[in-house]
Amino acid sequence: MNRVLGDWRAVTTLLGPALLVYTLVMLVPIFWSLGYTVFEGNPIIGFTYVGWDNIAALFTDPKVADALVFTIKYAVVLTIGQVLVGYLLSLLYVFWLKKASGLIRTLVFFPVVLPTVAVALLFQALFAIAPQIGPVNSLLNLVGIDSIDWFASGATAFWVIVIMDIWRSMGFYAVLLYAGLVDIPEELFESARIDGASGWRLVRHIVIPLSLPVLFSSIIFSINGTLKVFDSVLALTNGGPGNTTTPLTLYMYQTSFTYGEYGYGSSIALLLTILCLLVTLFIFRSSRRDLTKG
Amino acid sequence: MTTARNGARRIVPIIAGIGAAALALTACSSGGGETAAPTEFSYLSFAENTSIQDTLTSLSEDQCATENEALPLKVTTQPQASYDQQLQLLAGQNALPVLFASGNTPQVAKDLQQGGKLVDVEQALEDLDKSDAIIPAAKSTIDALYDGEQYVLPTEFNVEGIWYNKQLFADNGIEVPTTWDELVAAADTLNAAGIIPFSADGQDGWPLTRLVGNYLYRDLGPDALQKVADGEASLTDPEYVEAAAAVADLGEKGYFGPSVTSIDYMTAVNQFLTGQAGMFYMGSWILANFNDPSQNQIGAENIGFIPFPAVEGGAGSADQLAANVGVPLALSEASYGDDVAGWLGCFADNFGSSSLQNQGVITGFKVNTPVEDLPPLTQTVQDQIDQTTQSVLWFEALFNAKAATTSQTNASQLVTGAISPEEFMEMVQADLG
Repeated sequence: MNRVLGDWRAVTTLLGPALLVYTLVMLVPIFWSLGYTVFEGNPIIGFTYVGWDNIAALFTDPKVADALVFTIKYAVVLTIGQVLVGYLLSLLYVFWLKKASGLIRTLVFFPVVLPTVAVALLFQALFAIAPQIGPVNSLLNLVGIDSIDWFASGATAFWVIVIMDIWRSMGFYAVLLYAGLVDIPEELFESARIDGASGWRLVRHIVIPLSLPVLFSSIIFSINGTLKVFDSVLALTNGGPGNTTTPLTLYMYQTSFTYGEYGYGSSIALLLTILCLLVTLFIFRSSRRDLTKG
Repeated sequence: MTTARNGARRIVPIIAGIGAAALALTACSSGGGETAAPTEFSYLSFAENTSIQDTLTSLSEDQCATENEALPLKVTTQPQASYDQQLQLLAGQNALPVLFASGNTPQVAKDLQQGGKLVDVEQALEDLDKSDAIIPAAKSTIDALYDGEQYVLPTEFNVEGIWYNKQLFADNGIEVPTTWDELVAAADTLNAAGIIPFSADGQDGWPLTRLVGNYLYRDLGPDALQKVADGEASLTDPEYVEAAAAVADLGEKGYFGPSVTSIDYMTAVNQFLTGQAGMFYMGSWILANFNDPSQNQIGAENIGFIPFPAVEGGAGSADQLAANVGVPLALSEASYGDDVAGWLGCFADNFGSSSLQNQGVITGFKVNTPVEDLPPLTQTVQDQIDQTTQSVLWFEALFNAKAATTSQTNASQLVTGAISPEEFMEMVQADLG
């Protein structure tokens, strides 16, 4: 094997095609898009060189600030939400349902495989106020609270998006964390129980430390996925009302393809890339020590 | 060492090959679709709009059969949401279809025209000796929309105004309002009677901003928004903010119903057609729904049409109907030749009557063959159009795509009071650039 991998011809033959495709479909567009940041225009009206204007506009455009705040708020809330709910579910599987968890696991995982648009339509109907009052508002009415138009303000619409996305992804994180939990040797629990640990103390001193690596992986997964949120917001609120639920990705899309400003759209994409890079670096740095320990 | 050198010799052709392939690809992408006589009469349509497609198909089988033989019609569709993108792509490749819907905003056609990609329809019709094919009202609307030039075909012509439920008006003793104050008073009465005064699609926003636009035209005159486009006035000027405030005021009183943000287009239509709402601002394309008895539970005879009322002391008047040409079609300059001109001539003669006869859609083309048995409501609108000499546009007509989106997506917040009229106008003005 060493001889094969030492032979550069073999390496080229094996890697070449994949590398070529990767370069053509990933690297070229990335650098192309980077190039667009110093131009403005679209294929109809042509492109003109504008230098740093687009980058400078990022700092003065209030919509970029709004979108950035929304993106970060969404990523933080959703990461906490989906990892926490996923973790609680996985604890439930391992310690309470034990061997009988198969069916529940499947049911909770089910929303993961549903198309986002279908889920968004479902949640629109759940939280609807018109044409019919949806189940959520009906419940509120039952306990004497007036119906709320959930999609009429950014604040309430945000929570509907969060609830929907947690419901959609909790099954995935539960299975991911479950895999980490079942890896903890049974003997450790037994010895801890003999030492008198139980309940919260068992979780605090045995389960959490030993599942830390997989917990970190989940957080990295989650943060990176949620910073790039697009489909669920597009399908549920389309960024509205106004731009109160518009993340960077959606604003980038609108700028490039609806407003025909490819250059500025690419600049927003660059901002998003830098944001993802910073967050990933930060998490890697803070988690490196723990990962090796785990 | 020898192996390395052998290898190097071998890799040179590979690199050269890749380079050549890349060059060939680039050549393809820039040179593709160069001007060549078209082999078919390709038409790119909004997937959502079937009436133009159907009219074209019926023309190709009947009145334009000869033209169709020379250059057969081929219809392709693209969903409205990604349509502009598709057009940008095709224009960039010099591969525009012969005939196409001109995009989601007038700006798209303006950009194409600037790039010299569109046929000057006025000139082309003159060459065919059919200059009178487009009715004056439609011509004036196109002039206002496209800076005085005619490079689109008005395959739809809509007037807009307030449709009202005659029965509900009679039951509550409401006279047909002719001024804004009377309109508000009528809304008061309806609201007090537990009827939603205005049915409005707040989810899409534009039916709400239409009211702002109309108020501006009535208050400040037909050039109110042209002044904004020319930079002579700003939406943040107090007289412009007043229009947004007037509409926000209706919202504050709850005249759009309790949940206007969540009402979508069809729900708004249903609210009106089931008698839950007294009035409905909409364009005449809605006649198709009104004339459909399965949707219209209040009966077509029970629906009346009033132009947007005058504002007291305003510079505009109620007979300046708000009008639009829907999504007009454009012809690609690159593929324009005798065969396409043949089609255009056939359109000029037959499109108006065929569309009205078969689809019930009023167009900006002259109706050359009289159409019998028009539904009375359609006839009323047709008469209104014939009487109209000056039309006005809508709020976002002269905006760029960004300002138009900002206006429409924030409209529901304006009427729910989440943002103030000043903030609303500021946001839109900021995006006008």
